Amino acid sequence: MRALTWHGKHDVRVETVDDPKILRPRDIIIKVTSTAICGSDLHIYDSFIPSMLPGDILGHEFMGEVVEIGSGGSKDLKIGDRVVVPFNIACGNCRPCTTGQFSGCDNSNPADKADLSEVAYGHAVSGIFGYSHMTGGYAGGQAEYVRVPYSDVGPMKVPEGLSDEQVLFLSDIFPTGWMAAENCMIEAGDTVAVWGCGPVGQFAIRSAFLQGAAKVIAIDHHANRLALAAQAGAEVLNYHDVKVREALMEMTGGRGPDSCIDAVGMESHGFSPDNVIDAAKAAVRLATDRTHVLREVIMACRKGGHVSVPGVYGGITDKFPVGAFMEKGITMKTGQTHTQKYMTKLLGMVVEGKIDPTFVISHRLPLEQAAEGYKMFKDQQDEVTKVVLKTDWKEAA
Amino acid sequence: MPLATPGGTKANVSPANLIDQPSDDTLVSRAVTISRSPEELYRFWRDFSNLAQIMDDIERIEVIDPVRSHWVVKGPGGKDVEWDSLVTEDVANRRIAWKAAEGAEIQNSGWVEFREGPEGRGTEVHALIAYDAPGGLFGRLIAKALQHEPNTQARRELRRFKQLMETGEVTTSEGPRGGKHAKKES
Repeated sequence: MRALTWHGKHDVRVETVDDPKILRPRDIIIKVTSTAICGSDLHIYDSFIPSMLPGDILGHEFMGEVVEIGSGGSKDLKIGDRVVVPFNIACGNCRPCTTGQFSGCDNSNPADKADLSEVAYGHAVSGIFGYSHMTGGYAGGQAEYVRVPYSDVGPMKVPEGLSDEQVLFLSDIFPTGWMAAENCMIEAGDTVAVWGCGPVGQFAIRSAFLQGAAKVIAIDHHANRLALAAQAGAEVLNYHDVKVREALMEMTGGRGPDSCIDAVGMESHGFSPDNVIDAAKAAVRLATDRTHVLREVIMACRKGGHVSVPGVYGGITDKFPVGAFMEKGITMKTGQTHTQKYMTKLLGMVVEGKIDPTFVISHRLPLEQAAEGYKMFKDQQDEVTKVVLKTDWKEAA
Repeated sequence: MPLATPGGTKANVSPANLIDQPSDDTLVSRAVTISRSPEELYRFWRDFSNLAQIMDDIERIEVIDPVRSHWVVKGPGGKDVEWDSLVTEDVANRRIAWKAAEGAEIQNSGWVEFREGPEGRGTEVHALIAYDAPGGLFGRLIAKALQHEPNTQARRELRRFKQLMETGEVTTSEGPRGGKHAKKES
């Protein structure tokens, strides 16, 4: 099959690789129809994510058609079913899964790969498709076919009449934006400020309104992304134009936003367990404006407010404003998304027309041109909000 | 058995986690919580031939009688390492202890316990393995080469035990790769 593989910094290629096989009873194989490039894929593209190996197949936002089902596979799935697959892998059996904390799945990271994050974080993290060996070393979905383990837990059937593009983002960014807003514990009259108007920020803005926010303030420096946020009803701030904290204080009558969402994250991830020094160096080297976002979020948030962090962090930081965090009594919630917990509910909102997730798509390309898609997404962040890759381009055209 | 130290520590802490180690043995300790009953977990473990599913480098495990089993492990350079293991304690659904028989190349002993966890938390599985490495550092290096790094091995084995007991499968991410691993022409 054809697949997008990583070979090093800014070096991804579409090449021919072996087809995936059923390896365990609960596996299925999906023939991918649509897949997207995620902002977090750019962290890999930029070589900020350790434990990548040349030849790794990328991609964790994908959907397609079931073409093979293992002997213990889901009774609800049939060959030919269209499914959208959550980016993180969950077994459905362990206590985190049975209590709805799917991104904390204890079992989806293979025993030998789990050492990496246990050393780096104190506990092994769960598996993610196409996202380094620390998160399991699974082949990703920017490919013609993907093996999906624990198929009775993750993949969700797509009702007839919905296009790929309407449901593709249930795999990651819509649930991620939704959970980011949920972590704000929004109450009537609340103002929510969102730093970063990339795809997750965009869904967080819309989710905050859907969850009852009175006002959403969006912060970025890309004019097109701010315009997209304004379309959703957000008041928008370009941090090249205004002093962000001062403007936020003014816009909230001196109270500060009730909740602040950091949808930027930080690329400074030197968390290679083999080399603790690397971690420290990476944090120091990159503790610039990106650390600044998390600090600004905590400084801006009202007393007793909520800070929600969907942005990806992986390493160590210094200059954490622990005094502001403590003295203002802030609640901070973060984590990889419990995608499986939200998919059905959010699909319902798409069906009811409460949200049309296709708003975020700016570019469509055939899988064959995936490498160009990465370059575009990296170099032209203002115009490129989301790139969707199609495996059957003729059909898509 | 709760431990009490002159320093005042009074808790159920494994000897492997003491700052002053009680002997020259290499002690490896690990605990994992599994959402299954102590009975199910004990039953799986007590049939030692099952353990090949969760352990690295096992060539074969032969259960000879309720006390004695014969273990064959792939060693470095393709040379197998073999020994007999003897059950020294067997408390149904609760505890199994073992010891390598006289003359084993690597003297090892250990125990595993299945303890009921707090409400809704399943079973806490605790294991302790002691490797006696005769010949000082050199012997210890050989032991490590044969057993990988004992801590690493123990945590991988207990992770696989949990995976198999909870999900029915040992998790794997094997799959296609690009670059020099790209499509094998058949």
